[in-house]
Amino acid sequence: MPKFYGRELSSRLMLGTSQYPSPTILRSAFLASNASVATVSLRREANDGKGNPFWDIVRELNVHVLPNTAGCHSVKEAITTAHMAREVFETNWIKLEVIGDTDSLQPDIFGLVEAARILSEDGFQVFPYCTEDLVAAEKLLSAGCEVLMPWGAPIGSGMGLNNEYGLKTLRARYPEIPMVIDAGIGLPSHATRAMELGFDAILLNTAVAKAGDPEKMALAISHAITAGHMALKAEPMEPRDMASPSTPVIGQAFLS
Amino acid sequence: MNITVNGKLHKVTACNLADLLLQLKYSGKVATALNENFVAAHDRDKTELRDGDRVEIVTPMEGG
Repeated sequence: MPKFYGRELSSRLMLGTSQYPSPTILRSAFLASNASVATVSLRREANDGKGNPFWDIVRELNVHVLPNTAGCHSVKEAITTAHMAREVFETNWIKLEVIGDTDSLQPDIFGLVEAARILSEDGFQVFPYCTEDLVAAEKLLSAGCEVLMPWGAPIGSGMGLNNEYGLKTLRARYPEIPMVIDAGIGLPSHATRAMELGFDAILLNTAVAKAGDPEKMALAISHAITAGHMALKAEPMEPRDMASPSTPVIGQAFLS
Repeated sequence: MNITVNGKLHKVTACNLADLLLQLKYSGKVATALNENFVAAHDRDKTELRDGDRVEIVTPMEGG
């Protein structure tokens, strides 16, 4: 199983906790998914100081917690949010998002690298939400990141792996760096493909939370990840342009 | 003294951030920022408030 900042996970799925129809369904989807990490956020207290019951559910799941800086558009915002998250969630892990474009939620790579450097120097273990850009990846690693989280497609779009060539190239360039496909996964087949390409884990939320049956989809994604990773380990055949009969030609009866 | 807490104006008598949380009856797990700068829990009682300050109080929430 993959290790992230020295911590070995029990599964290759990181699951978001947002947008479920109810806390009960969040819980049942999580259990079905076998996810080993739950992503969480911080927002203004809106429950009269009594906290949010979802947090009790996540704690009972006994999974690793990965707080995010979702919604942050500047380095300062992201850094302040990361510090608040470290205090509340008692972890050095931070899913670092510095959003650069409101429509596509594409990361601001310049701000991301700067924030990653500042946070890494301050003892954070940064999971940077990035693109498949090789140069950005190199700069993030130089900034202290030991994990990369390239998008498959824009957050919440469910489009799958938009740039398979770019993702393959990134995977091949840094074979030793743990990499998570974060964002854009909509179907189990997308997750399988990411695993077949050699990525270490998947982070998704909407694909499960917005499915008609989140629990069933969580189980399907879990199986899909297992299938994709197993296929990778089984060393798939090389595709070819021409047909090649699988049934022996020699010994065929002469009937024409 | 007027303090903006999570975007809403409050008239408070609290003189530091720890007192403000007590006065507003925050009891759960929260993190705080004053004028967009993080204030650690152990520094709240040393963090004096001034008229017009902006305080953010955040808590665990669902996230992707």
